[in-house]
Amino acid sequence: MVIGQRVKRLEDYPLLTGRGGFAADQSRTGQLHARFVRSQVAHGRISGIETDQARARPGVVAVLTAADLPPSFPKIAPRQVGFDEMVPYLQSVLACDRVRYVGEPIAVVIATDAYEAEDAAEDVFVHIEELTVVVDPRVEPSAWDDLGHDTEVMLINEAYGEVDEAFSTAECVVELELSVGRHSGVPMETRGTLAWTDPMTGTLHVGGAAKVPHYNRNALASMLGLDRDRVQLHEIHVGGGFGIRGELYPEDVVVAWAALRLGRPVKWIEDRQEHLIAANHSRDQVHVIKAAVGLDGVIHAIDDEFWQDQGAYVRTHGATVPTLTATLLPGPYRVPAYRVRGHIRLTNKTPAGTYRAPGRYEGSFVRERLVDVIAERLDLDPAEVRRRNLIGHEEMPYLRPMSVLGSKIEYDSGQYVRMLDRVLDHVDYPTLRADVAQRRADGEHVGFGFGFFVEKSGLGPYEGVRASVDPDGALRIVTGAASVGQGVETTIAQIASEVLGIDYASIRVSHGQTDELPYGFGAFASRVTVMTGSATHLAATEIREKALEIAAQMLEASPEDLELVDGRISVRGTPARSLTLGQVAADLDPSGARRHGTTPSLSAESWFHTDHMTYPYGLHFAVVHLDPETGHVAFERYVIAYDVGRAINPTLIEGQIVGGLAQGLGGALYEQFVYDDLAQPQATSFIDYLMPTLMEMPEVEVLLSEDAPSPLNPLGVKGAGEGGTTGAGAAIAGAISDALGSAEIIHSIPVAPATIWATLNDA
Amino acid sequence: MSSQERPVTLEVNGDPVRVFVEARKTLADTLREDCGLTGTHLGCEQGVCGACTVLIDGDPVRSCLMFAVQAEGSEIRTIEGLESADGTLHPLQQSFWDHHGLQCGFCTPGFLMLAAGVLEKDPNADEETLREALSSNLCRCTGYQNILKSVLAAAEKLRS
Repeated sequence: MVIGQRVKRLEDYPLLTGRGGFAADQSRTGQLHARFVRSQVAHGRISGIETDQARARPGVVAVLTAADLPPSFPKIAPRQVGFDEMVPYLQSVLACDRVRYVGEPIAVVIATDAYEAEDAAEDVFVHIEELTVVVDPRVEPSAWDDLGHDTEVMLINEAYGEVDEAFSTAECVVELELSVGRHSGVPMETRGTLAWTDPMTGTLHVGGAAKVPHYNRNALASMLGLDRDRVQLHEIHVGGGFGIRGELYPEDVVVAWAALRLGRPVKWIEDRQEHLIAANHSRDQVHVIKAAVGLDGVIHAIDDEFWQDQGAYVRTHGATVPTLTATLLPGPYRVPAYRVRGHIRLTNKTPAGTYRAPGRYEGSFVRERLVDVIAERLDLDPAEVRRRNLIGHEEMPYLRPMSVLGSKIEYDSGQYVRMLDRVLDHVDYPTLRADVAQRRADGEHVGFGFGFFVEKSGLGPYEGVRASVDPDGALRIVTGAASVGQGVETTIAQIASEVLGIDYASIRVSHGQTDELPYGFGAFASRVTVMTGSATHLAATEIREKALEIAAQMLEASPEDLELVDGRISVRGTPARSLTLGQVAADLDPSGARRHGTTPSLSAESWFHTDHMTYPYGLHFAVVHLDPETGHVAFERYVIAYDVGRAINPTLIEGQIVGGLAQGLGGALYEQFVYDDLAQPQATSFIDYLMPTLMEMPEVEVLLSEDAPSPLNPLGVKGAGEGGTTGAGAAIAGAISDALGSAEIIHSIPVAPATIWATLNDA
Repeated sequence: MSSQERPVTLEVNGDPVRVFVEARKTLADTLREDCGLTGTHLGCEQGVCGACTVLIDGDPVRSCLMFAVQAEGSEIRTIEGLESADGTLHPLQQSFWDHHGLQCGFCTPGFLMLAAGVLEKDPNADEETLREALSSNLCRCTGYQNILKSVLAAAEKLRS
């Protein structure tokens, strides 16, 4: 059994020894370097671009602006959750006549040296007539263009059940305004692209792709007017994904176009300042939420209205984040009636996209704060209110009558109450509660908070692998999915090893290469273990069956009498009569296959399809201590329970959970893209955009469980990539509010030390 | 060699190296581009994230904040020089592998060189000292728990 084992990762050796190949590590002979000229104004009309001085600098090969693009050059379209209403709000790859956020690409300088390109970019002078900016997404929508479109892109409406009736008869109504700040994935590796054309074939190659190489290949081909097979994307090492990395951005398209136009390789490596103002932002929602509740704490209806600050354009994620927010907000609770209106509003900030646990981080913060306040107003225990509302195991599968990302929302399995009990037992809740109460009475500022949530994972519609055994016995697996550093190769190898009995460490897994497999969906939505893992299981099973069938012919035995152990097929009870998988593969060359009456090679191509997502779930529980002198938040306990159905490699899952928490905690306490009144970004370096270090991280107690395997795939797995993040804002804000003396104090994250200090010092 | 370039002599991972670089070229870019050592990564070029940490005369240094010309005559060690000549991994590298101390691996060379520098100077560094030192670099994947675990286990091994 290798599934469930804490085996070491296959990925690590090159990464530990400096042999990795990240985007900036790739080079081509004769390559040029690109540097973008970006808007320094948040909103304005471009009245002129002076490029002569830049062109005259040594080493400068070209300075390109929107005027150099082919006529009617397409804008970047949504990859998912796109609607016709969004078309007017899409971003041009280079700004034409108007700029709408600080950081928007206006021109690109191409030079023989990166330092020279950067110098020359400073010599491009852009004349901009400034226009009024929009900073607050909640002000009345204003004109976005001259064609009658305003700053509300669309309104999302979802509802089920008798909401008005529930409110008119409610014993208690709780209403809150809650907000989540603007932050994002911010991987340690910035974006980077190297594009070149193969002089022999004319094929455009793009290195540094990530997340969704196949989609991006198709989109690039379409935008550049090339046949798909003339564009190939190559994923190499990726320094963190988190939703932001690997989407198709304006810079990627411009670099590819420039390489085609100039006939030379063009390399672009983003710097950190650019990253913080040009790559997708995320979160940033304000909710006004109310609940109709019985005196027993049972929620009869929720009515929510929220505003999503989408920034200056709609990008590849379309309405993904607000849609997920709207439909998954009820989370693990029954909520028999529900209504939500979500406004997607444009402002003059960097455009937004997804970030790990998109919509669920925000929705969980809102829902769990609401539950805490319900408990306090009704003088009930917050754990007990959760228990009374949790969907029961016997109610699974549980249909929430809405749909998201093209699939209906049906929680496939879950033992939510069992998880709550496990965490309460683990922390000895009655004792902990009494202890906290006593310490509070003694004047300390301690408190605890919960963040119960349902995640989603395993988004379809398909993923495939091609697996083959070489005559030397090595198993090679090619998948169209991608890796962003989460351990895909190890996980996939473990799944194949389980079926074929080949040492997982000898299995080679390749991913993210558009020329190796024609279709691939990619690495997002915690989907790879579910989708690629299931496809791998199917392919390995097919190889196993074929191997047994051919070995039976070779050994002159019946397939039922054979067993496959450690990559060797033998006749049960007669171990001397045996063959390795490699020997079987060797006998399946085209001549051998003809003799055996089958197709050549010991290989299989399998596709796993699904119309439904699978829903893992979890609970964050935090205990914090506040320092009244500094407003500092110290964690005394941090527990994360998470159910993934079946754990392929618990060590990797725990790694995902703890790493996910660092990001969730950053959003709860430190990280924020602050803008001033002129929509000038204030967080453009790691001095201003504060990410947690080791000193800010608590010792995390992870309670990984397999209570609720998914019935939707052959392995029973659910995705593990996001749950470490999802409940963090909720639990941390809840704990701080509790420590401040009431559930009703903290209404927004990140919670700054100044807020805590002011509350404790009555300032 | 253009008129603006000047010779710089370094010792990199035990080998003498002579490069010609502009005075404004950072040590990190010089290592990556002129020495072909791309294991030193650039995460911010603002001196905050520490992905570019190398050892200069034994001290952990942000190579993005230093010009190559400032390193004239220095002994530099990068991630490529951390394993033994026979390919045996340094105990820190092995420990990061054993304790899942990395995910995407981008920040890893910086953490390894930082920890190597600290432990070479103070083999008996206690957990508090190591926490303090390791908090000078950023990682976005692991949440640090396993990085600390890896370094503590390696420190133990190096002492024994």
